[in-house]
Amino acid sequence: MKSRLNAIFDALLPVFATLAALLVGTIMLIVLDVNPIVAYGALLNGAFGNSNAIAETLVKATPLLLVGLGICIAYRGNVINIGGEGQMIVGSILATWVGLHFTGLPGWLMILIAMLVGAVAGAIWAGIPGILKAYFNVNEILSTVMMNAIAVQLLNFVLTGPMIDPVQSKNASQIPQTARLEEAYRLPRLVPTRLHLGALFAVILAVLVYFLLWRTTLGYRIRAVGQSKTASRYAGIKVKRYIILALMLSGAFAGLAGVIQVYGVNFRMITDGSTSGFTGGAGYNGIVAALFGSLNPLLTIPASVLFGSLLVGANAMQRVTQVPSALITALNGLVVVFVVSSDIWRKKRQQKRLIVPLEEQVVTDQVSTKTEENVA
Amino acid sequence: MKSTLDRPNQTCLKSVKMQGITKRFPGVLANDNVDFDVEACEVHALLGENGAGKSTLMKILYGLYHQDKGNIFINDELVKINSPTDAIKHGIGMIHQHFMLVPTLTVAENVALGLPSTYGPLTDLKRVSARIIKLADTYGLKINPEAYIWQLSVGQQQRVEIIKALYRGADLLILDEPTAVLTPQEVDELFGIMRQMVSDGYALIFISHKLNEVIDISHRVTVLRNGVKIGTRPTSEVDKSDLAKWMVGHSIDFITTTEKITKGEARLQLDHINCESDRGAKGLADVCFDVRSGEILGLAGVSGNGQRDLAEVIAGLRKPESGRIYLEGEDVTGCNAHELTMKMMSYIPEERMRDGMIKDFTVSENMILREHDQPKFSKSGFLRLRAIENHTKELIDQYQIKTPSQKTHVKSLSGGNIQKLVLARELSRKPRIIVAAQPTRGLDIGAAEYVREQLILQRNEGTAVLLISEDLDEIFALSDRIAVIYEGRIMDILSRDEATKEKVGLLMAGVFPGAD
Repeated sequence: MKSRLNAIFDALLPVFATLAALLVGTIMLIVLDVNPIVAYGALLNGAFGNSNAIAETLVKATPLLLVGLGICIAYRGNVINIGGEGQMIVGSILATWVGLHFTGLPGWLMILIAMLVGAVAGAIWAGIPGILKAYFNVNEILSTVMMNAIAVQLLNFVLTGPMIDPVQSKNASQIPQTARLEEAYRLPRLVPTRLHLGALFAVILAVLVYFLLWRTTLGYRIRAVGQSKTASRYAGIKVKRYIILALMLSGAFAGLAGVIQVYGVNFRMITDGSTSGFTGGAGYNGIVAALFGSLNPLLTIPASVLFGSLLVGANAMQRVTQVPSALITALNGLVVVFVVSSDIWRKKRQQKRLIVPLEEQVVTDQVSTKTEENVA
Repeated sequence: MKSTLDRPNQTCLKSVKMQGITKRFPGVLANDNVDFDVEACEVHALLGENGAGKSTLMKILYGLYHQDKGNIFINDELVKINSPTDAIKHGIGMIHQHFMLVPTLTVAENVALGLPSTYGPLTDLKRVSARIIKLADTYGLKINPEAYIWQLSVGQQQRVEIIKALYRGADLLILDEPTAVLTPQEVDELFGIMRQMVSDGYALIFISHKLNEVIDISHRVTVLRNGVKIGTRPTSEVDKSDLAKWMVGHSIDFITTTEKITKGEARLQLDHINCESDRGAKGLADVCFDVRSGEILGLAGVSGNGQRDLAEVIAGLRKPESGRIYLEGEDVTGCNAHELTMKMMSYIPEERMRDGMIKDFTVSENMILREHDQPKFSKSGFLRLRAIENHTKELIDQYQIKTPSQKTHVKSLSGGNIQKLVLARELSRKPRIIVAAQPTRGLDIGAAEYVREQLILQRNEGTAVLLISEDLDEIFALSDRIAVIYEGRIMDILSRDEATKEKVGLLMAGVFPGAD
């Protein structure tokens, strides 16, 4: 009975942590002389107030979920992939190029090809740090972040040069964006809002990733390598190969997130030149969503929706209460801090519950008695 | 003799009494109302299995833990010991199982470490050295104060620890499993030193789970079980089986391989194997031996003489630099762990929690660790969960693994049950060869006997077993032949009949018996 209560408490802990973060946010709102009830009301309304708002939330959640799924795989394999941003960018550059270059194909075929191209490009971009880690022991946190910087500059280059929208190249404004994809190549809408098929696709993938991790030998090996390299070697698993594979799979999902952003929402690549100009920070926020979902692909679905709603709702809150946009970033950060620390707390609690050797010793005593009977 | 040592402002310690000591850790009652006492001129042995509360009790006496309840009296005076500094002030010293020495400093520097110098900010190492020599001479400790710690053998390092404690004016020494790292000869030397100290008026507490040693050295013995004191008796009034019974709570039959069995063909052959150790040092030098069907070859040696490298080379986890390994006549040099598993070699690794198990995996996930990609457990990339479940259930029953369910994470099982899980996985596949590295280390008597029983069963079924162990009693109880390893070399291989503890002990120290 007590253990069940504990389990329920553990499961709800992220929710409590979110509420605690919002509570701290309340203090900041009061300091800014804003009525917190009005502010949070606006946030809730902005995220879930009407079908359009809900659709926006889900649209924002989709890339978070896709990146988050990759993060689930990588982190289960004990590789820290901070390169979601770069992998998204590289995946979408190639997928966009394919979409703009080959015209006149059936829409479903083009979308399929684009997703494949984007996933492969993301995987290769993540595979480079993977190889560096596996063979030269280069810290993947550093190398993936550096790969992000390279990807952003690459994006700025192709959007102002080789792939710039022909219309823009003639204009004086020179907005760094590509041409629009043709109508047939766009992901179908689900309901008369901006919600597109990609969201459904991401949910299906979440289920598949769950199966991959816990029902296949591939997932078994990735998790084994993540837990113990020595035990994996003992099990005959080629550790280096699975480190690289975990990162590549992770990169593939980030690449997909980029493709779906282009083919489902913007229909072109566009940036403001900043580091998260194209991705909107999804490559980072996806990590947070996955951690919030305890690195479980299925729990990452609601976690992504929560962060999507925070992003969308925060915009509404800003409009209604005129709080500075920095507050929204701070609020997001607070949620992350609280969730991560609650997770550490939860692990400590679990450890405390584990220490019960007194009863166990009695148990081993009984077992060894049995052994003797067998010997006799 | 003791009184000649200069220790101003300190009365001599005559007796220490611990009364009604209770110590509780989260979820564990480590000591439950334990009484314990020791007097000058005696060795009092503290006996118990792992987790019985011996170390906790002694850490309380040494001020590392603080008791929840109970009192400590020194010379019948109530004292509070809040830290090791307090304990040292009261004349209590402790020799830890893992030495607390700085390898890059000399003996004298280590002894002087943390003590005020007579020259204020400058060191007075000459004076320290002189006193060390004086102390060492008294007890035949034979130590050079100028030697660096890293140059010393484990036995010598232990002597430095003893000198350190004596130098600080200890009248009572707590020796925490001091024989675990020593050769039989070094154990004899240590016991000689201990006897000399006792006759000079020191009080010694000897923590151990080795029954023979307790009977050999102690005057009185106290047995702890599950944090409760079972009793204290003069050692002369008890024998080994009494003590074992008290320790475990029921009687134990110590097994030995009496049954002779005809040995078969050589299943595992090592031919001039050389390999490097982790730090680039020489790991194995020209190792040759074979293990035959139906025999247990015991590999004896002091810890850290290449046993780990040898086990890893055979199991395919470390590449030899030269030499060949044959499995049933087939050259398997350079095969990886997976290929060797498929050739029906089983390996029980030394660090079962680190190498043999994934502690955050469930029981059933660990059960398939070595064969997860075999057709019986997976089909076209998918795990056959039903088959895995049935297999695990069967082995849990067969090997009496005590676990709440097969979905329980291994980290919450006890050490004995984890080793049973490893055994179940490695032995149930009917291996042709078993390499067992320290298979009973850290297990309680009951679980250890179970492991030994299983190894003998395997031998009787014709499996070739290589038993690597630092426990000489275990080697002698199980082995058909005994090989001795020293600094990566096989010193000799003796048949069970010609092997004596003395011979093996000398070989373990790198000395050929009979040679000068």
